[in-house]
This record gives sequence, C-alpha cells and structure tokens, in this order.
Amino acid sequence: MSTNIIASTATKARPLTAAEISEIEHEMELYPDKQAVGLEALKIVQKHQGWVSDESMLAISKFLDIPVADLESVATFFNLVYRQPVGKNVILFCNSVSCWIMGCDGLRSHINDQLGVDFGDTTEDEAFTFIPVPCLGDCDRAPVMMVGDDLHRNLTEEKIDQIVADYRNKE
Amino acid sequence: MVNKPLTKNIDMSRPPLDIAAFEAADGYQSVKAIAAGLSPADVLQLVKDSGLKGRGGAGFPTGLKWSFVPQGDNAPKQKYFVVNADEMEPGTFKDRLLMEGDPHLLLEGMIVGSYTIQASVAYIFLRGEYKASENALKQAISEAYEKGYLGKNILGTGFNLDIILHTSAGRYICGEETALLNALEGKRANPRAKPPFPQVSGLWGKPTIVNNVETVCNLPGILTYGVDWYHGLTKGNDHGTKLFGISGRVKTPGCWELPLGITIREIIEEYGGGMRDGYELRAFLPGGGSTDFMLPEHLDLPFDYDEVAKVGSRLATGTMILLDDKTCPVGMIGNLMKFFAHESCGFCTPCRDGLPWVDEIFNEFESGRGTEKDLQILHEHVDYLGPGRTFCALAPGATAPLGSGLKIFAEDFERHIKEQRCPYKH
Amino acid sequence: MAKIVIDGIEYEVNPDNNLLQECLSQGLDLPYFCWHPCMGSVGACRQCAVKQYRDADDENGMLVMACMTPATDGSIISIADPQAKDMRERVIESLMISHPHDCPVCEEGGECHLQDMTLMSGHNYRRYDKKKVTHRNQYLGPFINHEMNRCITCYRCVRFYDDYAGGTDLAAQASHHHTYFGRHEEGVLESEFSGNLVEVCPTGVFTDKAFSEHYTRKWDLQTAPSVCTGCAVGCNTTPGERYGSLRRIVNRYNSEINGYFICDRGRFGFDYVNSEERIKIPLVKNGAEMEVVPAGELQPTIESFSGPGVIGIASPRASNESNFALRCLVGDENFYSGISDDEFESTQLILSLAKDTAFHSPSVREIEQADAVIVLGEDLTNVAPRIALALRQSVRNKAIELAKDCNIPTWQDAAVRELAQHDRSPLAILSSYATRLDDVASDTVIDGLEALAKIGSAIAAQISDKAPPANSAEESVGRIAEQLLNAKRPLVIAGSSSGSIALIQAAANIARALNEKRSSAIDLCLVVPEVNTVGMSMLVNANKTLGSALAKLQSGEVSKLIVLENDLYRRAAHKVVDAALDKADAVMVVDHMPTATTAKASCLLPSTTFSEHEATYVNYEGRAQLSFQVHRNHASAIPAWRWLSDQQHGDVDALINRCAEEAANFDKLDDLLPDLNQFVAGMKIPRQSHRYSGRTAMKANLNVHEPKQPVDDQSVMSFSMEGLPLSSDSPIVGSAWAPAWNSNQSISKFQEEINGDLKQGHTGELLIERNETGSYQELASNTGSANGGLQVAIAYQIFGSDELSAKSSTIQQRMTDAYVAISPADADALGLKQGDNVSLDGNGNIAVACIRSKIKQGTAALYCGDNEVDRYALGASVSLGKAADANLVRGIKGLIVSDLYEEGY
Ligand SMILES: Cc1cc2nc3c(=O)[nH]c(=O)nc-3n(C[C@H](O)[C@H](O)[C@H](O)COP(=O)(O)O)c2cc1C
Ligand code: SF4
Ligand code: FES
Repeated sequence: MSTNIIASTATKARPLTAAEISEIEHEMELYPDKQAVGLEALKIVQKHQGWVSDESMLAISKFLDIPVADLESVATFFNLVYRQPVGKNVILFCNSVSCWIMGCDGLRSHINDQLGVDFGDTTEDEAFTFIPVPCLGDCDRAPVMMVGDDLHRNLTEEKIDQIVADYRNKE
Repeated sequence: MVNKPLTKNIDMSRPPLDIAAFEAADGYQSVKAIAAGLSPADVLQLVKDSGLKGRGGAGFPTGLKWSFVPQGDNAPKQKYFVVNADEMEPGTFKDRLLMEGDPHLLLEGMIVGSYTIQASVAYIFLRGEYKASENALKQAISEAYEKGYLGKNILGTGFNLDIILHTSAGRYICGEETALLNALEGKRANPRAKPPFPQVSGLWGKPTIVNNVETVCNLPGILTYGVDWYHGLTKGNDHGTKLFGISGRVKTPGCWELPLGITIREIIEEYGGGMRDGYELRAFLPGGGSTDFMLPEHLDLPFDYDEVAKVGSRLATGTMILLDDKTCPVGMIGNLMKFFAHESCGFCTPCRDGLPWVDEIFNEFESGRGTEKDLQILHEHVDYLGPGRTFCALAPGATAPLGSGLKIFAEDFERHIKEQRCPYKH
Repeated sequence: MAKIVIDGIEYEVNPDNNLLQECLSQGLDLPYFCWHPCMGSVGACRQCAVKQYRDADDENGMLVMACMTPATDGSIISIADPQAKDMRERVIESLMISHPHDCPVCEEGGECHLQDMTLMSGHNYRRYDKKKVTHRNQYLGPFINHEMNRCITCYRCVRFYDDYAGGTDLAAQASHHHTYFGRHEEGVLESEFSGNLVEVCPTGVFTDKAFSEHYTRKWDLQTAPSVCTGCAVGCNTTPGERYGSLRRIVNRYNSEINGYFICDRGRFGFDYVNSEERIKIPLVKNGAEMEVVPAGELQPTIESFSGPGVIGIASPRASNESNFALRCLVGDENFYSGISDDEFESTQLILSLAKDTAFHSPSVREIEQADAVIVLGEDLTNVAPRIALALRQSVRNKAIELAKDCNIPTWQDAAVRELAQHDRSPLAILSSYATRLDDVASDTVIDGLEALAKIGSAIAAQISDKAPPANSAEESVGRIAEQLLNAKRPLVIAGSSSGSIALIQAAANIARALNEKRSSAIDLCLVVPEVNTVGMSMLVNANKTLGSALAKLQSGEVSKLIVLENDLYRRAAHKVVDAALDKADAVMVVDHMPTATTAKASCLLPSTTFSEHEATYVNYEGRAQLSFQVHRNHASAIPAWRWLSDQQHGDVDALINRCAEEAANFDKLDDLLPDLNQFVAGMKIPRQSHRYSGRTAMKANLNVHEPKQPVDDQSVMSFSMEGLPLSSDSPIVGSAWAPAWNSNQSISKFQEEINGDLKQGHTGELLIERNETGSYQELASNTGSANGGLQVAIAYQIFGSDELSAKSSTIQQRMTDAYVAISPADADALGLKQGDNVSLDGNGNIAVACIRSKIKQGTAALYCGDNEVDRYALGASVSLGKAADANLVRGIKGLIVSDLYEEGY
C-alpha cells in the first residue's frame, strides 16, 4: 500500500487517458501481481505520451496503488523507459561489438555532425533523439540502428542521410 | 528426412508461415502426439534421451533441468514456463531469426515444455527492440488460440496453457534467467541467489523453467521425428543442429542451421564466404561477447560444446564475432567492456565498480594515455571479476574476452602504451 | 550443532546459520557490509569472501561468500587464506573508487563501518586515478541528512526501510555504478523508523540531521546506558552528551526489547533536555509573584508540604523512585494516580490481568515470534511504535515456515521473500480507523469502539463456548478465531489508549478462550501509553483516582497538593483541574519543563530529566529497567525524588532497595542494581571513552588548570575516562566499541552469539508474578450517551502525542495540529472540507478536519495535538461544526496516512 505525506508530494498526478486505463487493465489479466503491471503501465504510458513524466508516474502509482518510489526504481533501471522528453523519432543506435568492427563510431560522428546531437541529446526541432543501444541482434548486417520501430541495416553515411530525410519528410 | 528442423520453414524473403501452412509442414505434430497419449513423464524421458543441451549459453542439459521441477500432489499447483528471448549478447542474432522466421515453431515447443512440467502459463520474455519478432509472435499466438493449440483443454488433453508475450524494457542482465524473472515481476532486474533455483522457486516464488528460444525450437522435432533421428543430425558428441552465425569482415555474414561438430573453417569459408579481400582473420569470439578469443589455429576444430571447451573457450550462442587484422583488438575489447560496464545491474561490488574502472582504462588506451600500471590493473580485474566472486555470470562473462585478449594481444597493448596512441588509427 | 573448521581450529556452530554469522559469533573478524544480523544475507557486497575446501585433502579450495554459505557440519574454511584476503582487499578498493574520502568532515567518521572494514581488509593506497561518480543529494526532512557520494551500494538502507520496516518512499534507483538510493523526489521520509537508517547505513550517507547541527565525534560523547522514555515499550538507548548538552540518541541493543532498532520518537525526541525553557531554579510564591529562593532556604517551604491535608499526585512519566518517594512523603492514603480516571481504570484491569496465569506478557522479541495476531483498538505505530515494527516481522513467520519446507535457509533474505510473495501470517486489526499496519494485515475491521468490542467477544465465543456468548455479523469473526486457534504462538494485543475498557476485556476473553484450548499461557500484550504508566499504577492504590484527588481539593477536604512531573491538564477536564488547583492553599510542582500545571504552582522545584539521573521504569510487560545518568544538570535541578525525599542526601540505590522492600510487587527491583562483584578492583565504569579528547582544554576559557573531574558518588559509573574500559567484558555497556570495531556493528563482540543476549545480561527484571486464576469478563457497556454527534475515538500521533518528545524542536517539525478525522460522507453532511477548522461541541476546542476514506461513518477520530484539545471536556460523542478562524499553524500537512481522502484537499 502506498502512503503519502501530503506535504512531500509536490508533484500532482495527471489523469490517465481512457486508452491508457484500458490497456493497463488488460495487463492486469496477464500478470497475477500488480507490481508486474506497474512496469507494463510505464511502457503503456510511454507509448501514448512518448515518455514517462513525474505526473504520469504518480498517476500510475495511484491507479495501481504501487508506491511511486517503486515505479521510479524500475523506470530508472531499464534502458527503454524514458524519464525525459524525447523527440518525435528515437534513434536507437547500436554501438556494440559487431557494429563497432564494421565502423559504427564513424557513423556516430556523422550523425553528430549532421543532426548536431550526440548520445542522449534531442535535436533542437525535437525531431530526433539519439540514444545508443546495446547489440540489436542484427550483427550480420552491421552497422544497424532503429528509428522508431523500424530497423535499418548495413548503414553507410549516405544511407543515414537518406533515412533522416525520410523521417523528416514523413510529417 | 528433415535435416534443418529449426529453419526448414524459414525464408526471410517472405512473411513467416501462417498456421495452416505451418501445420502442413508437420507443424504442431508434437502437440498431436501428446494428445495421442504421451504423458509428461514420457516427454521428459524423450527430451532427456535426445541429449538436448540449452542453447542460451551455458549448455545445460534441458531434460535434466526440467526434472528438478517438483511434481506430484505436494508440489505447488502453479508452475511457469518461460522462454528467454532477450537476446542481447553482443554479436548474437540467432533467436531473432527463429522468431521472425517461424514463430509457430517456438509456440509448439513451448506447448511441449509447458506440458512436460505442467505449467498452465508460459511467458515469452522478448527483447523490446525486436519489433518484427513481436508482431510475428502476436499473430502466431492468436492463430494458435483460434485453432485450439492454446487455451483451455488443448486438443482434448485436459491440459490448459496460456502464452503471454512480454516485451522487455531493455537490459542485458534480463537475459540472466533469475534477473529475467525479476523483470517479469516488474522489479529491478537484479539476479537472484541460486540456490534456490527457479525450478523450485522461480516466477512469483513458483516452480519455473527458463529456456532459450533455440532450445525450445528443438523440442517439436524431437517429439515429431524421434530421438534416433535427432541423434542422427550430427556426428559429434552433441546432438541436434545448431544455429551458427558470423559477423565481422567476411564476405557473406549470416546465420545458418548446421550440424553440431562441423568445423569452424567450414562455417567461415563455405558459409561466410571467407574473409573480405584485404582482410585476414586475426582471432574470433566463438559464441558472443562473453566467450574467450580463439585463434586461426583453431579453425579445424569441430564446433561443439566439448571441443571448444577444450581450448579454453565456450560454444555459448554459436554466433562468432570475427576480428580482422585491420581492426584494433584493444578497441574491440574496450567496446565489449563498455557494454558490460553499462549493463551491469549494479548489485554486486566487483562488477558494479570493477567494470567501469576497466572501461576507463580502455578509454585511456584508446586515447594513448594507457600505462603499465593500467595494464596491471586490467590483469588483476580478470581474477577479481571471475566466477564465484561476483553474484552472477555477467562479470565473469566480461572477463572471457578480457582475460584471453590480454594474453593473445599482449603486444598490441604494449604498443598502445609505447606509442601513446592506437596503432590502428591513421 | 555442527562442527566446522576455520583456519585449522574446530568450532561448534549452529548449522541453520551462515558462515559469516557463525564466524562473528565465534568472535572472529570477518568484514562484511550487506549482511545484517537481523536482516539476513543477500550477497551483494562480496566483502565476506572466505576460502572453502571440499574436504581435508582439497588444497585449492574455492572462494565463497561466507554470508551466502550455510555453516554445514564438516565445513572447512579459511579466513586467512591469501586469495580470500586479496579478494576482500579488492572489494574495498572498488567501494572506495568513488568514495569522497571526506572522513574529516563526515559525521560517520570515527564510528564508520566502512572505515573499520577498510582497515580490517588492508586496503591502503588509492590506485584509482580516474573521475569519481558523483550524485546529487536530497532533502529528506528534519531527521535525516543525505550524502549520496559516500554510498557503497550495500542495499542495506532499502532493505531496512522497505523490506523490514514497510516504508514505501525510499528505493534504489538507476543502475550499474550510478545506483542511487533516495526518494522519487525530495521530501520528508515517511517511515516512523527512518532514523535507523543512520545506524543501518555502514557509512555516512544517511546521518542524523539534528546531531549534525551540534556535532561531536562518537568518542567525544559522554554516554551511559539509558532507557527511552518515549512510550511504554522501554527501548534501550545510548544518549550522548558533550559540553553540557545532550547531542543524540542511538539504539542500544537489548535482545528482548528493541534489538537493533528504535523509532524516530525515541531517537529524535530528546532535545527538550537542552531547552532554554527548562525550569532551572526553585521558585516559591510570595504574594502574587514567584520568587527565587536559594536552595538552602527551601527547607521550610518543602516541610510545609507534609503532615495531614497534603496529597500527592503521581506521574506516569516519572521514575519509580520519584513516585515512590512521593508516596513515602504523603503516605499511601494520600497518594493518587496521575493519569485520567478512564485510563487508570483500564490500567488497573491490565495490572490484574498481568497476574493471571492464563496469560503471558510477551516481550518485543516474543511478539516477533507470533504466528497469528489480533490487535484490538490500538494504533500501535503511534502508541507503541517498536511493537508495530515487531508485528511487521511476526507476519513474516509464514514466509519462514514456507522456506523451511523448501529447504531455503531463513537467512537467505531475498529468496525467502520471493518464495512467500504476499503470503503472511495472519494479523487482524480491529480499529476505528485505518492504521499504518493495515498493509500487512490479513483482516482490518473498521468500526466504532463498542462494535469492535462486540466483535472481539464474538471471536472469544467462537473459540470457546465457555466464553460469554456473543454474536456478530462481522464476517471475519470465524476466520480470525480459526487463525488464532490454529497458530503455534497466537498473540492478542489491546491496551488503554483506545479508551475502551471493553476492548481490553474482549482481548482478555479471547486470550482466555485460547488458553482453554491449550496448556500454555497465551501471549496477551496490553500496551499503555507512557514510559512508567505501569510502574506508577503499581504504586497507587486502586481507589486513588485522580478524579477523587481533584474532588477532595475542590471540596476543601485537603488543601495542599504535590504534583510530580505531571501536567494535570492532560489528565482531566481543564475546568475540573482549574477548580481544584484554584481552591488549593498550596501547590508544589516538581518538573523540568513548564506546563499549564507548573503555571499554577506556589512552589516550583526543578527536576532532572531522564538523562540527568539514574532511575528505573517499568514497561508495558511489567519489565523494570535501570537507566543510568548520562550527564549532569548544570542548573539547580535535582532528581524529583530528592526534593521529595526525607533523606535528601541518600543515594538512589538506597531508595531502590527501599522500594523493593516496601512496595508490593517491586521486590525484584533491586536486582537491577549492578552486582559489584563484577567490577574489577572496585573500578568504576567510565562514561567517557578512552579516546575522549580535549578534556584538559574544555574549561580552559575559565581556568588554565584542568578542573578535577566531578565525582559521582551515586553511581557505579564515573564522569571521566578512567576506570574499567568500555569493552566486551565490562559489566555495563553504554556505548559499544571493540578493538577494530568503532561502529555500532561492534555490538556483535558483546553478544553471547549473534542476535543473542549481551554477555552482561541487562534485559531487565519482570516484576509482576503470575499467581492468580481469573475468569471471563462481562464487557463494560458504554456509558456515553448518543447526543446525535459522532462517536469519539481518540487518535494518536507518534510525533506529538507524547508530552515530552513533543517539546523537542526536532519532533516539532513533524507535528500536526489537533485534527478530527471523519469519513467523506460525514464531511459532506457537515459541509466540511479537508483542512477546514472545526469546532468541537462548540466549546472553544478547535481541530483541523481530516477526511479519511477508511474511517467508519459516524466516528470522529480525534487527535488532541499537543493538548490543544481539552479532550476530557468532551463526551463519548461530539458534534462538529465549521469554525471560523483559529490559530492553527501546522495544519495537517505532515500527516502520514494511507487513506487520506484526496478530493478537495
Ligand atoms: C548476463 C547473462 C545474460 C544472458 N542472456 C541470455 C539471453 O539473452 N538469452 C538466453 O537465452 N540466455 C541468456 N543467458 C543464459 C540464461 O541465464 C539461461 O542460462 C538460459 O536462458 C537457459 O536456457 P537454456 O537452458 O535453454 O540454455 C544469459 C546469462 C547471463 C549470465
Ligand atoms: S555480476 Fe553482480 S552487478 Fe554484475 S550483473 Fe551480476 S549481480 Fe549485477
Ligand atoms: S556480507 Fe557477504 S556478500 Fe555482503
């Protein structure tokens, strides 16, 4: 059971949307324990909001009656839960060993030059957030990266320019 | 006769087989065999007899692992079967192929495994980034429910099974089976102490089996075509086929299902097409980032668990990472160390605080500031992060390329110190 | 018993324990961090590495973590093995990588487990020359400082705070070498046991904030063994003084009571001792004015308070000695209870049940062993906090049982928790409002007091048909009865704070019914609110109620009154007290802090506080304990008993001996006095450590000669560093220290075995003998008339309800104003919103509206604040109305409840 000292909860919860609630409720059927649903709820909220704000986390805490500290504890543990706002497209850039052998460091600098962002940054126009990711499991087609849900393989500088342009033009 | 039971249905140029096509290709035969009267004990015996070893890395005999699950009236009613589809080991890309290429095969194997240990719920713990696998599995699961392979009273056996697809929020340590269980429970993915083993107290404290995707995909064949057929797939001591992969500077990198015991040279030269022009093979990691380096002199070894172990490495995931002569071995190991340092869960001291130091030292080497003292500290960490000293096998995994690399590439390390730069950079 | 070999020497050990625990039990030095004697092992820090050999022929052996390895019969291990030593050294080196090495400015320095283990492991030189990881610290409230850079990631804080104490607002965050321990955002740590973090943390991440503000090294504190006066549990503490002010309190191990942990009231509630407001000099009324009277000239005034017509009112917060001295002065017949009449009646019942052979009064340790518990009407977290913490452990007995079935050792902490999930031993809580223990309760029944008593009776009737027949519609009755019946060690808890004697009767009936079904005495824990409620009540004759004393004064039957350390305005309706005191010819008040009562004194005598005198107190079990003087009072205060005693210059030992001889049931009191045979060559026990520094310079601003150390001819302890050193063979342990063990972890050197008794005993004396056979009780019926208002249930706050700790500036920062908690429906009906000022019965009493979702409609849970509400002026029910303005400053912002109704706050 979560408790609260009124004074210490500076952040106010935001109401969860109907879609979020229904997806969270669906997860409740899949896991026998609400703590497991807590992590799922973080992912669901992120799917809808792009990231997990303090207000969202408090909302999940209240909805599931899980201490917000426990949610923060798992949210900050996992790589794919974003506790800061991200751009429209998240670039997950593989920098593990096979991609490294195949030259991903150079591509990283290239992106850095082209977009003006390095790992952890979001472009000024909020179109891209650039994040490193451990081995994407596509090593035979290294170097690789993901943009959103899409995987891009056998990357070269030219290919990257094209991909970035494509996402820019998408909207 | 089928000789590529894992990949026979896979053709990455088209979507995976739907359930009807899968059934037509001997799919779900093992479930039908169960419906025809195989008891859980029968299946367990078959799997034991097959000699199947876990494909997740440790190579532990699957039948033996299953036999530790308490059965009988006094055993807990609820048990769980969990598929480890976290595949985050650097240089490993075999489970992805199976899930994207033939998701029904995995489901079929899960039904077999769950039935054997009498688990009514099975989870697939899938890497969050594997979107194509997620979509393929979702589709396959819904088809399997529709056809009555999942749900209540499967094919009239009285056995119930729900399969739940869980996508991970991302951490390499989630692949460690006990950390995986914590992650499934929505907790921080710190590993758990063993004993108690998950077979006794696993997911939510209930008896649980965790198996790798590839391991599970071996099961349908064993039931459908029999143990003798399975033994006949290889000539070596280990049974069945294995997915082998190559990444690095070969002409045609990729992943292939081959008999265990095939020589490494054959894989690299026949399947990988040999090294790209202008590159020579310097060394290779035989089964992902946490294995010891092997050398060109080992190319003619039969690739199976025991032979690789004899030369001090591990077959592990069977996906090789090739180091060529134009790439800096120090840089390569440094890249791996950065990975391990970042992916340490932070629970135990040597791993949490030792790996970042190692990582920092590699940064120094990279930028030409490495010293003999640094080298000494690297050597010390090989012992310090070794088995038994850390809480789980992540850090010992990191010492495999580190320890073997320090030996094999001693000269390269020395050159970095002497020349105060990376000699491979121009 | 098992035999194991450690470095070639054979030891007898308990195979149910792990190797680390057994090594320490044997007195061997083996470094560790993440293990804790009563939280078990998790194997995180890897500090306790030893070499284990398969058999006598195994020459290589392998490294294992001692804390994660069972002490199996035949084990052969080595602590001294070079590889093991090297491993331990490397681990320290790792932990030190980002440690700031700020020992000179760190509050932990000098009592730091990390310092001790670093030395023990032999890591000397920093080799790491890269960048350190740094963290941002958080504001965690008035009690605790946060300095995350010192963290060594042992996970002890969260294991204590969350797993052990049930806290929910501290957690591990982030991961790898950035792992962070803190709240999700800055704010007050909510747990009532947060102060233990100071002691649980092996380094200086969590430190005592109040202490930091007037900091002194451990070795420079003058200490003595003391007993907490915060409530009736009587936890053992070590207060520390320097330069005349009391600086801090830490836990002092007592295997039967507090073990390793105390609550935040006990730890932070002492600084009234240093208050400027203390009554410093004797004052006597001359005309309308109070005048200072030199000590030598007081005798006539004091003597005027003897002879006929003088009555004395006792005190539940005064020692046995002071109460007894007053009784001797005025005589039994004129010696009256110092608690409210309701409470006195309840307490008398509690005392009579304490003699009943059907029951056993469980110690805190025994409470932890209960495997089915029912609590009737007591809000333990706020009334007897340490017992609430013990109940959190008792519910884990189910987990431990499950683990045994699966061959999981109980010290495998994480594994045991994982196996059991939410399976807990039953804990049923019957209360007027949701309590802080509800999260671990199997049943919570929220109802009015009368209804709760009936439910209790129904449970008794369900257990035995010899119990008075009773029925209840409450669905949990059968289940709770069943759980208690099936338990190996059931426990029934009630007490006097609920204000309902019927609940105590119901509790006794349940326990009696259980007793019928088995041969052994049943654990019946009856709690009272104050440190010496039991001791005082044992000294006062049952008919000597406070009400009768006040009536006698008002009627003029008696005209002189002595009030001992008591504010009567907390005990009876203000009007009644006023009438009595105004009528009296002379009122002597002996106390240390000003109160409404001292304001009425015609003779006001300053007394010493708990840390300034040696005294005994009797806790809820009837356990008498001796608390030593820590430091001297530098004003004219003397122990209250001394003002009242006919033999002003006698010593406290003599008084204790006399009390043991004369007072019924106190005959074992003198057994508490240290056995002088234990003392080497008549040497005293020093209150100052052998490292006490600057003694020669302390008074140098006054005189360049070092003054002679004050002689303590009253005690076996001395105000100096000379004497029998504070070490493991000392007969008295004020502050634990052992060679190489400067931190509080040194306590293991003083224990017979880990978690066992101290070598010096010290668990107190159970005074009350059980030799009566009782019978079932008919429940008292509620006399209160329903005047259409809400039924009153008295509520308590850990920070505020205790008179003395509420005067501590540290505690005050966590206090709320008086509040009245009501259900949303009642609030709607009355037009009240969260936080409104509410008038009670329209008679000038104001409280803040606190709307809670888990409170029975029709019930008003009234917290009186620091006596802001004249509760005895209210009846059994109260009518509420919105009050206009009131002078409430704190509001209810600091309230910790799980069921606060959010809407509109
Ligand atoms: C750090 C670490 C990461 C691991 N990652 C994976 C993984 O991604 N996939 C996997 O199947 N096994 C992984 N394992 C091995 C698992 O712990 C476990 O042995 C395996 O899932 C058992 O399956 P198997 O018996 O079928 O091989 C990992 C182990 C460690 C120590
Ligand atoms: S070796 Fe230790 S810190 Fe590293 S991943 Fe395993 S448990 Fe976590
Ligand atoms: S005390 Fe043994 S690992 Fe921490």
